[in-house]
Amino acid sequence: MTEVSAIPAAVPDRRPVPHRGGGFVARSQPWAPWAAFAVLVALWEGAVRGGLVSPVFLPAPSHVVAALYDLFARGTIWRHVGDSLYRIVLGWLAGTAAGLAAGFAVGIFSTARAAGLPLVSALFPVPKIALLPLLILWLGIGEASKVATIALGVFFPTVIATYSGVDGVARNLIRMAQSFDLPPRAILVKVVLPGTLPAILSGFRITASIALILLVAAEMIGAEYGIGAFILAAGNLYQTDQLLAGVAMLSALGLLIHTLLSRLERWLLRWR
Amino acid sequence: MNRGLELTVAGLSHSYGDLRVLDGIDLTVREGELVALIGPSGCGKSTLLSIMGGILRPETGSVLLGGRVPEGCLNPLTYVFQDFALLPWRTVRGNVALVLEHHALSRDERRAMVDDVLRRTGLLDFAEALPRQLSGGMRQRVGIARALVVRPAVLLMDEPLSALDAQTRELLMEDLVSLWLRERVTGVYVTHNLAEALRLADRIVVLSRRPGRIRDVVPVAIPQAERTRPVAQGELAALNERLWHLIKAEAQVAEREVIDD
Repeated sequence: MTEVSAIPAAVPDRRPVPHRGGGFVARSQPWAPWAAFAVLVALWEGAVRGGLVSPVFLPAPSHVVAALYDLFARGTIWRHVGDSLYRIVLGWLAGTAAGLAAGFAVGIFSTARAAGLPLVSALFPVPKIALLPLLILWLGIGEASKVATIALGVFFPTVIATYSGVDGVARNLIRMAQSFDLPPRAILVKVVLPGTLPAILSGFRITASIALILLVAAEMIGAEYGIGAFILAAGNLYQTDQLLAGVAMLSALGLLIHTLLSRLERWLLRWR
Repeated sequence: MNRGLELTVAGLSHSYGDLRVLDGIDLTVREGELVALIGPSGCGKSTLLSIMGGILRPETGSVLLGGRVPEGCLNPLTYVFQDFALLPWRTVRGNVALVLEHHALSRDERRAMVDDVLRRTGLLDFAEALPRQLSGGMRQRVGIARALVVRPAVLLMDEPLSALDAQTRELLMEDLVSLWLRERVTGVYVTHNLAEALRLADRIVVLSRRPGRIRDVVPVAIPQAERTRPVAQGELAALNERLWHLIKAEAQVAEREVIDD
């Protein structure tokens, strides 16, 4: 304790410096979201059972769970889930493939940019669901019109994400590659493409949500099977427990998609 | 023995839009010589380097390459960048190998070349690391390794140490000097740091502020290997004084300039 004895003894009024820092930092509290969820569900259940709300308009969570169990036990729901999955996967893949191709063309070739970018900007804000009646006239009431609606909705945001990703690739890396005489093809594949990946992947999150919204809307307008059609039919029959079971399935689907995309992102962008 | 080429700049001027950045530059960098370009910020020294290596087309004037490209040289004019310009998704080895992949080399040859250059730059233990895992100094070592693996005839270095902290700069400078004495290629070294220029260059070209013109060319007669010895300090101090005198007024004006784009 030599330091202590080294402090001069003569100064009066010696006191500790007051602490002014701390706070304003997010601390991790893993139990909080579960608790909030549990409280909400409990309040809901209590409100219905206590007679505060009519179970016809808002069934209790336990009833929704029972309806879900029933649907899967009887197996009638699989047809709806299967049709919905088929439409959203096909529509998303088609829109993404076309969007990536167009996005790279617009990002790389000045002519494609000059011609394509105004078109994309003009058509991007059109709510794609408004085109469904036209697409039904063109392609019929079957799967093609629904898939095309989803593909169209996915296409434009993908183009925009891709071309702005190409724009965002650091110029200095391209200069570097040129200064080592890398052929243009190699620059595209080894520098531009990996550099665009983060923008494309965050575009995927947006287009996945759009695809889900358009799926439900299209199925509500004209489909016999599909989760959207199922929800609409349940509503018409005042089967609110089944209706909410359908909504729960959509939420699960959305959650699943986002989990898969997060995995993909973590794996492809592990260099970040 | 020199492994370098001669690089000549003749009557070169360049503008960005209305802004003239280089004006009537004539300069010859001889085989195996290392020339430092110094000048205040914004004087166009990086632009000049881009033009010398052929990645920027000059408005008027020309750049000529003289001499026979040495055998085994894959990329005669090779850059080392201030911001390293490493691909963040490639490992150290991958970044160095990138510049060999389009050359007709066998897998074994390529691997041997990369291993050899990583050993020479002290990077072999870091071969599988990603750029984000490395310090600034190590990243620039990767940049230098990448430049050496193509066996350049002219090394164009654009403020290679400017993004580094003082201690790292000191360490890397010693590496550059020994590398220089070993390889003896032609070199152009852009810097705003007088000490770096005096440590490394055979001749120091002083550029004026915008539009950049050559104000003076100052030869440094002391061999690079002897510049850290006490006997050399008097002469180096005198040179430093002379160079500082040349650029001080310019730097003062350049510092007070308002940049409008």
